[in-house]
This record gives sequence, structure tokens and C-alpha cells, in this order.
Amino acid sequence: MKRFLGFVKKEFLHIFRDFRTLIILFGIPVAEIVIFGYVVSTDVRDANIAFLDLSKDEITNKISDKICSSGFFRRAEDIHSYDDIDRVLKAGNAKAVIVFGDNFGHDLISGGNASVSIIADGSEPNSATLITSYATAILADFTTELNSIYGNINLPVQSEVRMLYNPELKGHFMFVPGVITIVLILICALMTSVTITREKEFGTMEVLLVSPLKPVQIIFGKVMPYFFLSFINVITILLFSWFVFSLPVKGSIALLLAESMLYILLSLSFGILISTVSKTMQQAIFITLIGMMLPTILLSGFIFPIENMPKGYDWVAAIFPPKYFIVIIKNIMIKGTGFIYIWKETLILAAMTVFFIVMSVRNFKIRLQ
Amino acid sequence: MRTILYLIRKEFIQIFRNKFIGRAIFAVPIVQMLLLVPALTFELKKVNLCVIDRDMTPESRSLISQLSGSTFFRITHTTSSEKEALALMNNNKCDLILHLPGEFSKNIGKGEPAKVMVSVNAINAVTAQLSWAYLNGVLRDYNMNLVAGNAGMASASSVPRISIVNRYWYNEMLNYKYYMLPGILGILVTAIGFLLAGLNLVREKEIGTIEQINVTPVRKHHFIIAKMFPFLVIGLIDLAIGMVIGKIAFDIPFEGSIALLFLASSIFLIAVLGLALFFSTFSSSQQQFMFVAFFFLIIFILMSGIFTPFESMPVWAQKIDIINPVVHLMKINRMVMLKGSAFSDISREIYSLIIIAIAFTALAVVRYRKTA
Repeated sequence: MKRFLGFVKKEFLHIFRDFRTLIILFGIPVAEIVIFGYVVSTDVRDANIAFLDLSKDEITNKISDKICSSGFFRRAEDIHSYDDIDRVLKAGNAKAVIVFGDNFGHDLISGGNASVSIIADGSEPNSATLITSYATAILADFTTELNSIYGNINLPVQSEVRMLYNPELKGHFMFVPGVITIVLILICALMTSVTITREKEFGTMEVLLVSPLKPVQIIFGKVMPYFFLSFINVITILLFSWFVFSLPVKGSIALLLAESMLYILLSLSFGILISTVSKTMQQAIFITLIGMMLPTILLSGFIFPIENMPKGYDWVAAIFPPKYFIVIIKNIMIKGTGFIYIWKETLILAAMTVFFIVMSVRNFKIRLQ
Repeated sequence: MRTILYLIRKEFIQIFRNKFIGRAIFAVPIVQMLLLVPALTFELKKVNLCVIDRDMTPESRSLISQLSGSTFFRITHTTSSEKEALALMNNNKCDLILHLPGEFSKNIGKGEPAKVMVSVNAINAVTAQLSWAYLNGVLRDYNMNLVAGNAGMASASSVPRISIVNRYWYNEMLNYKYYMLPGILGILVTAIGFLLAGLNLVREKEIGTIEQINVTPVRKHHFIIAKMFPFLVIGLIDLAIGMVIGKIAFDIPFEGSIALLFLASSIFLIAVLGLALFFSTFSSSQQQFMFVAFFFLIIFILMSGIFTPFESMPVWAQKIDIINPVVHLMKINRMVMLKGSAFSDISREIYSLIIIAIAFTALAVVRYRKTA
């Protein structure tokens, strides 16, 4: 036990010696969460939209004003012929063009039916869908208004909406838990993935191997200091999301911290596993960063909902731990549900952690090659 | 010139000496593109809807059947208890709850407004707004039918209606793969080049071999160019592999000029490598550079407009983003590949990349001290 403690102390000294790394270590998560909470959003705001208005009457003016004052769109330019559509879209000056045909207002009022085209730039499918949906909703609103003015018709069924969990529709609620999850796993895995390879590359591994420490002790000794650091990291992250984004913790804080500890332990032991199979630090960093970064960001449900992926991808996503942790932290922080709603996810994370630790111990080579 | 060639040869040998890295720089992009590109879609599949029907009349049932017939909703549960519905939402079993109160049909009959309550899981604000808009659309149709039924068909046709035609240009079917492939490819090429080039230089520092170079008459810019060149070649090869995969596996259209795309990508790669070498002059260990790379790669990726629309970022962020080379590459890739834009359409992006490339490479050369 005393030996083990000595080893842990050595690891602590190694870490605190490199002051620059420590600063980066604590700076990265905070900086990244602040940046993304403010910057990133999947929604469309102020999208440039161009009008091709061949009718130019009172009604089309009203519609285009209504569209541009909705907050979703900004008037880009008025174009005057069909040939210009390709030009503005290709140059990227507008994300969509709304086309009113000849006699739009006349057709609508006396004929009862007029048609409008929304031509969106499909090279960005996400914006294109949102833009057409929002424009369609605004047009439908306009028809309802028109009906009550001209047709004197009141709608029998009226609806009242409640936006649960996130009444102000803040993008943070989606992005902050996602960034926390991604940044934690990558940072923890990066930290430990170089520790053992570093000793291998510099030759200090020999010293460790001839010492009476067992592989299990070496691995736990390597994990321990980082576990401590990462836990401080988690607390700073949570404080930041609380103070800067007023992201609530509606559920139990103790549960949240316990789940975070589990997730940190998982990420650290994953890093250790990488470092036991890598020969050089370059290789370990390559596996963690290039190999893991995109899949963890993209298959975790952080930006792209897993339900929308093609068949079979739920199985692929199931092997990436962030998926479960995102569910857990959204449940505890935003929905305020208890352990009973997340025990399955917790169990899976725990099983993965055990798997990584066992594999690392088994892969740990006590002989030099 | 001879010196540079020898140095470049040395770099190539060093990169491919590690068998794992030598294979992974080509294998990882292939695997990740094949795996990730088909998975990424924002397309809203059916929204799971839970109905609380307290009315149980033909009127309420006709609204429900209209909802289940729409392409946007799947009615997964019907219940009469609000508590149960809320528990379902807590469990992620449904994302929308429609509450039809007991006096629903009575009010419609009396001509009074019949209120329905809709609760939306709004953690993802965007999907929440979309599904709410779709639900509203169905309610509107239901209303129109009711009005038409009450007043007889004659007056219903005189109710003004706007019919909307949606067209998506350059990508008729809104195929997300066309959009994602250039993005994923760009990220992979960036990440590999940035990480390996920087690590390479820092490693020489850490192991001490940089001193051996420093005592030779090799000029500073020779050394930096030799560090860049192999990764430029590797990046371009990765790009070519990626495009072949795009053509074969995903049938991506190439509207524009491939030469233009490679020209732009080469400038882009020089910019990225220049940045990497510049940052590596600040790091004394591979571990430090690894964290620096991690920090910037995540920012480059998430602020690039690949996964989230560029325009939805605040204006100040868009301004800062001018120095993010990935933003320019994304625009160029999409415009050239999907829209067939010519040089004049993307000249702004290309000039920005040239400025970034020159600035950071020059900074890297200046910051690199042979005496340190």
C-alpha cells in the first residue's frame, strides 16, 4: 500500500510539474462550453431570403414584410427574373427565393387560390428544411389572418402550447450537456492515453517494470491523479454552466456528481486501454483524437438525433459511451428525473468501465519487446 | 533545393516508419467516411405523439385519425391520465402530448372555441418548434374542414388559400449525404494534417533531435517547408480517396471543376499546416500540443458551418471565424461540388485562404528559433 501511494505521489508530481498543460487542461472545457453555448445553434436565424415578386401588389408586400419581420429571415435583395434565382443562390447571397406569380393578390382574393413557390438552396439540407418550414408556417398564419378579415371565419379548435423543460426554447439546453459530454470523454481519454506510452517512449517504463508494483497497481496509480483532476474539472464545468447559462440542476446534485465520476472513470480507463496498445505517443494521440473525435461527436446524439439515423445505426451508436451520458445528464439536469429513469444507462456505463479496466490489465505487457 | 529534398525524404521515412500511423492516415478516413456519412441526417422522422383523449367522441377521434394519417406523427400511446403521459415523456417514449379536454366536441357543437393543450419536449428547441408547426398545420386543416362542413362547400371554396410549392435546388431530394460528405472529408483531412504536422515538430523538440538539425546549415524556412510538404501530399491523397469513395459509394455529383477543388484544398492545407507548426512552436511536449490541437480542432469543426448553419452564429462569431480555414474550405467544397460554382464565385474564400496560409507559415518560420 505504501508503495502504491508513493507511485501515486510520483504521478501527481509529473502532472503538476507541467504547469502549461495544467492551465490548458482546466481552460479548455470552460472556454469550449462558453464558446459553444453562445455560438453554436442548429436553428436558423436571420437567413437571407430574396423575393421574386412578379405581382407587386398590396398582398405580396404584406406577406414579404411579415416574412422579413419574423426574426427568421432577412431581406437579401429583390430580383426581377427567373434567371436571377440561380445567380443569387449560387453566389450564396440568399438561402432561398420566394416567388410570387403574376396577379397574386387578385387571384387570392377573387379566385380564392394563389400559389407561391419557395425555392431553397438544397446544398444545405438542414437550413433548407427549416427555412421552408418556417416560411410555410408564416404563410399559413397569414392565410388565417386573411380568413378572419375577408371570410369572417373564426377557427373552432384553438390550441395552447406548453414547451416542457425548456420554455424559452434556449439552444443551450441542447448544446451545453453535449459539449460537457464530448469534452470530458476526449480530455480524460487524451490525458491517460499518453501516460503509459510516454513511459515506454522515454524508456522509464523499464524502471517501473522492475519495481515490485503489479500491473493493476500501475494502472490504478496512473488513473488516480487524473480522476482527481477531472473531478475538479467537472465541478468547474457545472458551475460555469450554472452561472453563465443558468442551466439548472433540477434533479439531485449528488446523483449528478456520482454519475459524472462514473463517466470520468470510464473515459480515463478507455485512455489507459489505448495507451497499453500503442507503441508511441503519436500513435496514442492519433487513435484518441482522429479515431474517436468524430464518431463521439456525431454518433452520440449530441448534434444528430440517433432516432433519425438509418436502421442499424442505433447498434453502432450503442458502443459509444457519450450516448448514455448525454441521456443521463439531460435527465438529471433538465428534466429533473431520478435514478429510476437512468439506471439502465448507468449500468451500461459501469459495465463498459469494468471492461476497459480488465482489458487494460490484460494488455499490460510486463516484458519489454 | 537539394537540402529540402533530403529533408522531405527524411520526413517521409519517419512518418511511415511507424506502421500503424502509416496505415491509419489512409484507413481512418475511409472507415469514418463510410461509417459516418450515411448516419448524419437532420431529417425529422415521425414524432412520437401521446394523446390524452378525455372526450372520446367522433369529433375527437376524427382529429386523432387525421393526426395518425399525417406523415409527421406516430401515435405511440393513448391514455386518459396526464401523469402517465408525463412519465412517458420523461422516459423519452414520446416527444409530444396532445390533450383533448372533455368538453372538446361540446364546444365545437356550440360554436365556442374548443381548446386543446399541446405539450412539447423542448430540450431540442429546433425540433420542438418544427413538430409544433407540423401539429399546427394538421389542426388548421381540421379547422378548415370543420368550417367547410358547417357552412357548406360553396363558401369553403371562397375561403382564400395560398398553395405553396417547395423546391430544393442543387439537391432536389435533400440528400444529406451530398452535404455531409464534403464536410466530413474536410474535417478528417484537417485533423490528420494539423495533428501529425504539429506532433512531428514537437516530438523532435521533446526527444532532442531538433538540436541536431539546428546545428546543421539547414535554413529555417527549409526546415518548415520540409515539415509541411509530406502532410500536404498525404492530405491531398486522402482528399482524392475521399472523393473516389463519394463517387462510388454515395454517388455524389461533381458539378464543378476538380482541378479548382484541388487547388483550393492545397491552399487550405498549407494554411492548416502553417497554423499547426505555428502552435507547435509554443509547445514543449507532445502532450501540450495534443491539448492545443484538441482545443482548436473542436472549435474549427463546430464553428465551421458543417453541422450547424454558419448564419445562425452571432455576428461577432462569424467575424472571428474569418481566420478559421475550415469555414472557407466548407464553402468552397460545397459550392464547387454541388452547385458547380466557378472561380469567380469563390474568389473571396480563396483569397482569404491564401492570406491565412501565408500569414501563419510566415509566423511559424519567424517563431522557430534555431538557437533555442
